[in-house]
Amino acid sequence: MKFKTFIGLEVHLQLNTRSKIFCSCPVRFGTSPNTQTCPVCLGLPGSLPVLNKEALKKAVKLCLALKCQISKEIRFDRKNYFYPDLPKGYQISQYSQPIGTNGRLKGIGIRRVHLEEDAGKLIHTSEGSLVDYNRAGIPLLEIVSEPEIATPQQAYEYLICLKSICEYIDISDCNMEEGSLRCDANISVAKEGEGLGTKVELKNMNSFHGVERALRYEQTRQEKVLRSGGEVVQETRLWDAQRQITLPMRSKEEANDYRYFPEPDLPIFFISEQMIEQIKEEMPELPEKRRERFKREYALPEYDADLLTREKEMADYFERCVELFPQPKTVSNWIMRDILSYLNAHKKEWKDLCLSPERFSELLRILERKEISINMGREVLTEMINTHKRAEEIIRERGLLQVSDEKKLAEVVERVIKANPRSVEDFSRGKEKALMFLVGQVMRETKGRANAQIVQKILRERIKRKEEGLS
Amino acid sequence: MLKKKEIQVEDILLSLFARIEEVEERVKAYIFLDKEKILKEAKQERKKDLSFEIPVSVKDNICVENEPTRCASRILEGFKPPYDATVIKRLRQVGAILFGKTNMDEFAFGSSTETSAYQITRNPWNLEYVPGGSSGGSAAAVAADEAILALGSDTGGSIRQPAALCGIVGFKPTYGRVSRYGLIAFGSSLEQIGTLSKDVRDSALLLQVIAGFDEQDSTSSPLPVPDYLKYLEKGIKGFRIGIPEEYFISGLDKGVKERIEEAIKVFEGLGAKCTRVHLPHSKYALAVYYIIAPAEASSNLLRFDGVEYGLRKEEKDLFRMYEKTREEGFGKEAKRRIILGTYVLSKGYYEQYYSRAEKVRRLIIEDFRKVFEECDLLLAPTSPTPAWKIGEKIDNPLQMYLSDIFTIPANLAGIPAISVPCGFSEGLPVGLQILGRSFEEEKVLQAAYAYEQSTDWHRQRAKI
Repeated sequence: MKFKTFIGLEVHLQLNTRSKIFCSCPVRFGTSPNTQTCPVCLGLPGSLPVLNKEALKKAVKLCLALKCQISKEIRFDRKNYFYPDLPKGYQISQYSQPIGTNGRLKGIGIRRVHLEEDAGKLIHTSEGSLVDYNRAGIPLLEIVSEPEIATPQQAYEYLICLKSICEYIDISDCNMEEGSLRCDANISVAKEGEGLGTKVELKNMNSFHGVERALRYEQTRQEKVLRSGGEVVQETRLWDAQRQITLPMRSKEEANDYRYFPEPDLPIFFISEQMIEQIKEEMPELPEKRRERFKREYALPEYDADLLTREKEMADYFERCVELFPQPKTVSNWIMRDILSYLNAHKKEWKDLCLSPERFSELLRILERKEISINMGREVLTEMINTHKRAEEIIRERGLLQVSDEKKLAEVVERVIKANPRSVEDFSRGKEKALMFLVGQVMRETKGRANAQIVQKILRERIKRKEEGLS
Repeated sequence: MLKKKEIQVEDILLSLFARIEEVEERVKAYIFLDKEKILKEAKQERKKDLSFEIPVSVKDNICVENEPTRCASRILEGFKPPYDATVIKRLRQVGAILFGKTNMDEFAFGSSTETSAYQITRNPWNLEYVPGGSSGGSAAAVAADEAILALGSDTGGSIRQPAALCGIVGFKPTYGRVSRYGLIAFGSSLEQIGTLSKDVRDSALLLQVIAGFDEQDSTSSPLPVPDYLKYLEKGIKGFRIGIPEEYFISGLDKGVKERIEEAIKVFEGLGAKCTRVHLPHSKYALAVYYIIAPAEASSNLLRFDGVEYGLRKEEKDLFRMYEKTREEGFGKEAKRRIILGTYVLSKGYYEQYYSRAEKVRRLIIEDFRKVFEECDLLLAPTSPTPAWKIGEKIDNPLQMYLSDIFTIPANLAGIPAISVPCGFSEGLPVGLQILGRSFEEEKVLQAAYAYEQSTDWHRQRAKI
């Protein structure tokens, strides 16, 4: 039996505006509960919302980046329901007329993008539940995709790509672990050719990989159900990250009727062509375009261009380095192979990197002059990141300058040849591997500072001369 | 006199206190009055502009910092807002003295002030009668000389109707003229804070202070506020005044009808040209209002859930706590409107009710727009009847709702409208309503003043 999977993602992004969406309270994290609040975001009786234009602008920015149709009239609606984290008993959201519709991201349709306010946060303690309203009123963008994502892997890619765009246009931190990006998914599996299956909603994922794993688990689960002749139940399931499974959510007593209606406290906002043009002008080059330019301008392969342009800061870094050290592929190799693996190994992000392009290119120049070996270069790089010292300083301190002086090396080679007659013999008999062993011995003697290519050259010469002398 | 320092504000306060001492027990206009605090504040060195050093009584749904603001509801028991409404801020800035909180229908749901959870306010003209509502406390306080000026709110007639029933002036400005920030919302798209006073000049003075753009209310208008006093004495010669036929329905009290007809003659005598006009969709106004207003109210009242402030009935389960709190906190009429509003917004009914009501509302607005192409103002009765006996309509909500039939259209259209005393019907005051174009408060005031000055109804005092 062949199956087809349909995945849709619903992402909530916290916008990185300075103040909240409907009041002037600062958006600040990590402060004591209920300190970033005022009558408006606390929903006190009599208070009224005033739209933060910056939030609207950032929303338009994303809509443009996702190639959405942008609504000319922006209206807000009330979504009514009771919950303690919702101070007014309704959330100001957009229902009938979202800011953006019909967008596209990585070939996936974007159904709608709309602006709304975040709710507070419940903190459960042994003595009862507490509410922190610092988060209430932080601007949120909801981005709903069409159910056109075909695999969990593709869902992951979609999120990476969305995050990348948001960072480029500077609208959100997109940190799922910290909650500035939240993602729910819906997935249905059906027999090939039968259209959409029964939709299951997934919640409670707290990382991009979590989303991918939850979808994968759910995909397999649904396939199993179908294969055994069963039917998938339409429900909401929660991802249990610890057990790596999804479980049905305790079903609500009844379906919520949010009784949406137009928010009477806010007027209609008009988005003019002029405003759109102005925002377009302020838009940076987006990852997709930049990737193509990197391929063209720096002759980078697709893989490099894609990886380097995912994070704006990394791409900026790369370009600055190339200005200082105009060998794009070398720069790319060092960034991807060495800097990225360092960051990954230390669970750090690009923004945590304490290494200026200036200092990094100094190292690349030293390597170009072959003053140290590539392996040494790697060690120096790590130390540069760790200690914030310059490459030269580290090389000097550790005496790492590469020995390329043939005379000096010849002495060591002589000693190694004398000490390893078996290997010399092996090499003479045609065992190439034996030469590598001898090179290794020279490296050991020189504490790795010998220029391996020159060592090889001398070794070959000396052994050859010996053979000639013997015969 | 105040400005010339012929009298001190303290003297005014003391004479008000004396009057309150004398009649409040019978009228019951106030639900909060801290005399000591008022005197203390009046004596305090106020380094502000003191151009308006006058006591102003405030309806209980307007937030005054750190003073009980309960909308005459149990559910807001104990609630003291940590902030001043914009109108209160503006009043303080010019030296006004805030003079207690006046009774009202719970959350302004009513036309008689009988739905207050705290007390029944009586009409100073006859204590067996209602003062009207929902700003009945403000109207009765002014009519009984327990207040000089009062603020009210008008969602469907809640300033004009009690003003009419208590024989005083009540003015609802254009939607957006006065900031709603700090007015505890009932029908957000309909209501405005306005004035209750003994004469038109006082209303103009008070409006001058509270009107104008407020960046905290997105629905407030940035249009400049004219100097209203300058317009008062300009007269109304040449004004074209429309008399909407639809306001002279069969249920109209005979005395009311006669008083309005007499008033029209006064206007003609002042040089205005009165003509009959039509507002064909007026007959739907009440129905439209009783969809839109409860819909907005049902949402606006969701926040009273016992979580953050006000009444909370402790229960183990969260949703039981909500139910218990709201069950005990809200009165009958509030519950009726919440249920009605929730119903008309529900899935499957939204299109049928709310959506259609919004469409008809646009027709009503269009009616006014057309009429105002040919008229400067409209004249109509404020209320179809004078005050009625306490208890007479409280169990018949439809009867009660009908008493706002002439005031509701101005709220749906957002236009300014004033009620001025125009005589009596069987010993009870009758109000004349003057409606104007949006943001032409000065014209409404000008006409009201011209009428008032050529009659002496506003000088008549309740004998209590």
